[in-house]
Amino acid sequence: MTDKAEGTLLYLDGVNKAFDGFKAINNLSLVLAPGEMRAIIGPNGAGKTTMMDIITGKTKPDTGDVLFEGSTDLTRLDEAKIANLGIGRKFQKPTVFESHTVEDNIVLALKAKRGAFATLFHQTTRAEAARVDELLATTRLTDKRKMLAARLSHGQKQWLEIGMLLAQEPRLLLVDEPAAGMTDAETAETAILLREIAKTQSVVVVEHDMTFVRDLGVKVTVLHEGTVLAEGSLDAVSSNPKVVEVYLGR
Amino acid sequence: MITGFLLNGFDTRARIVVAILIAIALLVPAANLMLPPDHPLHVPTYLVTLMGKYFAYALLALAVDLVWGYCGILSLGHSAFFALGGYAMGMYLMRQIGTRGVYADPILPDFMVFLNWKELPWFWYGFDMFWFAALMVVLVPGAIAFVFGWFAFRSRVTGVYLSIITQALTYALLLAFFRNDMGFGGNNGLTDFKDILGYNVQADTTRATLFALTVLFLALFFFIASAITRSKLGKVLVGVRDAESRTRFLGYRVENYKLFVWTLSAMMAGVAGALYVPQVGIINPSEFAPANSIEAVIWVAVGGRGTLVGPIVGAITVNFGKTWFTGVLPEFWLFALGALFIVVTLFLPKGIVGTVQAFWANRRRPAAPASLAPEPAE
Repeated sequence: MTDKAEGTLLYLDGVNKAFDGFKAINNLSLVLAPGEMRAIIGPNGAGKTTMMDIITGKTKPDTGDVLFEGSTDLTRLDEAKIANLGIGRKFQKPTVFESHTVEDNIVLALKAKRGAFATLFHQTTRAEAARVDELLATTRLTDKRKMLAARLSHGQKQWLEIGMLLAQEPRLLLVDEPAAGMTDAETAETAILLREIAKTQSVVVVEHDMTFVRDLGVKVTVLHEGTVLAEGSLDAVSSNPKVVEVYLGR
Repeated sequence: MITGFLLNGFDTRARIVVAILIAIALLVPAANLMLPPDHPLHVPTYLVTLMGKYFAYALLALAVDLVWGYCGILSLGHSAFFALGGYAMGMYLMRQIGTRGVYADPILPDFMVFLNWKELPWFWYGFDMFWFAALMVVLVPGAIAFVFGWFAFRSRVTGVYLSIITQALTYALLLAFFRNDMGFGGNNGLTDFKDILGYNVQADTTRATLFALTVLFLALFFFIASAITRSKLGKVLVGVRDAESRTRFLGYRVENYKLFVWTLSAMMAGVAGALYVPQVGIINPSEFAPANSIEAVIWVAVGGRGTLVGPIVGAITVNFGKTWFTGVLPEFWLFALGALFIVVTLFLPKGIVGTVQAFWANRRRPAAPASLAPEPAE
């Protein structure tokens, strides 16, 4: 099993997960190469979020292999361990620390020791301060750094959350519907930001918005009823009769 | 490293509060002991003890605020830790009575002689030494909180379920301490104290000293709480309160953070109980009553949770109100307390201190002040 996983960043094989008999994930297999950006689309209930839960350790699969970097078995680890391995996750609904300033949100996400005593006696270093400045510039939040995150607009919160993911310096980013609730201009900007990120990190984007997926211009995986229906370029999958059937109905 | 952490906590606000508390700790005993009774500024001893009691409550409220206001753990069982600290101190005071008890047994406290016990139970060993009792004041509540928290937080019990379990914890202890064969004096508890460290607990000087110590301990713990909430750990705690799953997916082990602040808070409550008991002269199982824990939560809500100064203001205001009210209209106090809770929740969701802070911040700078106070619950 590990032979096939060798050289991959993320390797899912034969994963199953049922909730009270409902098969959320059904024999799902997915391989992501290092440095790859992948878009995952699928109708509601296709198992996109459950898949992310399995990768990040929130949900344990009933059967199947979930391997990170070819050898680390993610099914045995909890959320904190997986996050520290280098897998960052953005939620569908922007989730930031609302009663902290924008700056503190980034500081909390910065790659550093996560133990209680390490944080109790932590002093911000100059390198960390520089990294915060850099990330605020990337996410275009520099002038809002002292503002409470609760006061940001929906789009800005999404961006802050992406900034927090970057601060973790992950090797793999899982991004759940980054464009949801954004204006067209913000959506286009987000696509540019994600393409920028994908230059250095592997990214998995779950999305509904087809224009956005087209803007990303990457390989697409179509999920349906917890299994992979089709894989390929957006044009290839959107002309696939099975995909058309699932999306448009008979 | 540690100096950096301490300096961090000693900001202007902490300096002012600590300075005020030290001034109270010095001036009130001075006004009690040094001014003649007919002097207009003389503070009578009963008032010193009454205020000492309020400051012990303020310390309990500070402990509740640390877990509730900063980490979102609504504890409805903090009086358990308060009472355990109080019992540890009470056991020391019992053993100091010695032959001056009604039955004049040099070792056994009166209630044990009355129950026909022949020797001291093992868990009473060592309580004749003050240092041992002082250690137990923090260790016993700390250990119970640690074990409780270890299981509760690891199993990810949160919100209302956790609150209910904390109520069950204090209620279970209440029932256990009511039993005579537990060896803690049953229904009557521990009382009739004579000496603390060789000083008569009834004496004016002892009472003034106990008052001063209570206020100084409050100042010390305020400072520690200030340093913690301003550290990165404090920010993680607020993160857990506002978005627990986000904190988890950032790689923080949330249960360890909760366990740390929970255990520390229980120890603070234990110290509060230990300072309370010699001043009121009695500790009995009614201190474990679930209603006491709820009252402590109300003090924090009234003062303003997530502000550190709030719980102190709340505990003292509500208790002064209680003393006054129970004197004037004793039957209506619980109604008044209920009404107060409703009024605060509806009209002052940030509490007294939170509202004042927001008011000043808006006057100075309309654009978003950085405050750790939580958004009011919906």
